[in-house]
Amino acid sequence: MLKILKYSFFDLMRSRWSYVYFAFYLLLGIVLLFLNNDLSKAVITLMNVIIVLVPLIGTIFGVMYYYNSKEFTELLLAQPLKRSSIFLGQYLGVALSLSISLILGLGIPFVFYGLFESSAIWDFSLLLITGTFLTLIFTALAFNIALSNENKIKGFGYAILLWLFLAIIYDGLFLMTLIMFEEYPLDKLSLVGTMLNPIDLSRTLILLKLDISALLGYTGAVFKQFFGTNFGLVISFVMLTIWVILPVLRIVFKSKKKDF
Amino acid sequence: MKTRFTLFLVILMTSTTYASPLEVCKRCPVSTLEEAISQSKDFDTIVVKKGTYKEHAILVNKPLTIIGENYPVIDGELKGEIITITADNVTVDGLFIINVGTSYTEDFAAIRVKKSKHFLIQNLVLEKLFFGIYIEKSSYGKIFHNKVIGDAVEEYNSGNGIQLWYSNHIEIEHNYVEHVRDGIYLEFSDDCIIKNNVSALNIRYGLHFMFSNDDTYQDNTFENNGAGVAVMFSKKIKMYNNIFKENWGTASYGMLLKEINDAEIIGNTFEDNTIAINIEGSNRIIYKHNNFMNNGWAIKVKGACYTNTFVENNFLYNSFDIAYNSKINDNKFDRNYWSSYTGYDLDKDGVGDVPYRPVKLFSYIVNRTPETIILLRSMFIDIIDFSEKVSPVFTPDNLLDANPLTKQIKW
Repeated sequence: MLKILKYSFFDLMRSRWSYVYFAFYLLLGIVLLFLNNDLSKAVITLMNVIIVLVPLIGTIFGVMYYYNSKEFTELLLAQPLKRSSIFLGQYLGVALSLSISLILGLGIPFVFYGLFESSAIWDFSLLLITGTFLTLIFTALAFNIALSNENKIKGFGYAILLWLFLAIIYDGLFLMTLIMFEEYPLDKLSLVGTMLNPIDLSRTLILLKLDISALLGYTGAVFKQFFGTNFGLVISFVMLTIWVILPVLRIVFKSKKKDF
Repeated sequence: MKTRFTLFLVILMTSTTYASPLEVCKRCPVSTLEEAISQSKDFDTIVVKKGTYKEHAILVNKPLTIIGENYPVIDGELKGEIITITADNVTVDGLFIINVGTSYTEDFAAIRVKKSKHFLIQNLVLEKLFFGIYIEKSSYGKIFHNKVIGDAVEEYNSGNGIQLWYSNHIEIEHNYVEHVRDGIYLEFSDDCIIKNNVSALNIRYGLHFMFSNDDTYQDNTFENNGAGVAVMFSKKIKMYNNIFKENWGTASYGMLLKEINDAEIIGNTFEDNTIAINIEGSNRIIYKHNNFMNNGWAIKVKGACYTNTFVENNFLYNSFDIAYNSKINDNKFDRNYWSSYTGYDLDKDGVGDVPYRPVKLFSYIVNRTPETIILLRSMFIDIIDFSEKVSPVFTPDNLLDANPLTKQIKW
């Protein structure tokens, strides 16, 4: 598995897209810092970008990579290799190279700007951690979609739909539910609602760290009590890890049964 | 030279003949303040030397000037009220008053002025107090340069720093109040001036008005209080050039206006408050040249607010600029600067060509269902905010700034 991981990783590292991705984040970081002149403000803006773009790129890239390397995968399948190690290797190769582009691309300008002397370092590392989690989650989901769909067009369609659902439609439904049941106590429901969507979970985690929590009023107090403590932080990361593990397990399961 | 010398001599002689102050110290013939007061005649001066005097219930019932030298300590030993003034023209200066008794039936104060005129209370330091300076049915007095440091923890068993009750024409200047219930509290007090004070870390309000009209407060700083300033049931209050800072918490305001009419709010700075101004049932108020920076809500309108005008204010980077809970709007917004304004200015006259709508749909939703705030900064919210901006359905459609400025206003 490690060999395949290494192979996919270096294959991607040589490809143009990783560089484009890396350059994009580098540019974003530099421009943000140049315009904002304030680290903590830049972190907030960055959050908006990460929450939307990282999942999108993870999904698209995952699906694209799977379909592109399909012939090579079939070649590998002919060798005496475990199926799970082939697919997991490829998945980790993609996810890791994307994460490294993200971390380096954003990290370098911030480090040069003087991140280590700043108090924003924890917020920033939280941002990078959630960004990495989102990459892992959405690449895994993309592999799932690609494995289940032979048709490329269909695969891409589902991938985009998945991103659209989790990034936008889910919040819409969530909002409707909250408004519909406004007469009932909603803090538990909204807590569960955020927990179930990795994008919402990451957003809430970062927002609460950025001290907007006092805005949240009574609900905020409940949320702060939950996410603000170490227990809440651990639960959130456990939740994010579950979001990684479940799709990965399905990759393993699906790849074992699949006919090529 | 000669004239100057004679002048000096004259001053020297007058001061020795007329102002022979009664001295109070531990080894003097008069060793307590109470004794000194009973021995003194009207318009005498009493000088209290450095030392600790364990006294309480001191009654000042004649016009006297009491001056402390090097901050003598008057220790009330938690037994009750310490100084009560009932005569006109009393001056109290430079005392260090500590340990006021706490009571649930009586409002014990470090220093209480009762039905007097023309008093002057200055340079006092008050610590470990229940109520600090309590002015009752008095007028034309001055409270100047005092420091009140309480240790209040709960609202129900703590008192206010400076309290005015049925008192008119009082000047409160250059005081510092912290850690009490209300820093400065006015009830039924008209025509007072509150200037250059700092009120911080108080449990309830930095400054609190109740049924008080025609008062002015300016150049004060209110920091880190439960709520900065609460102005309730009062008319014609002028609020100029104050700073409201870091009143941050789940139920914190910079300023709370309730049933206020005809007030002027000019030149104030609101920074890092959860809600900068919370308005309820307030009419005909002029907001001008204020700065709203980094607040959660800059202005939260809770209904029954008519004919208010918001002119030439800066709204900078607030999470929500204006929140409304109704569809009716009778307030006027004109020539403000909004940092989230995205319009253009083709003729370069400094006024944006597209009107600005300060109420976002999301702030309307949050007002209705507070739990939805959890979706703050979600992409879906940005989308519905945008569509509401294009064609308002839920927010009052006449609520707009027709002349939004494109540059921050300086004055």
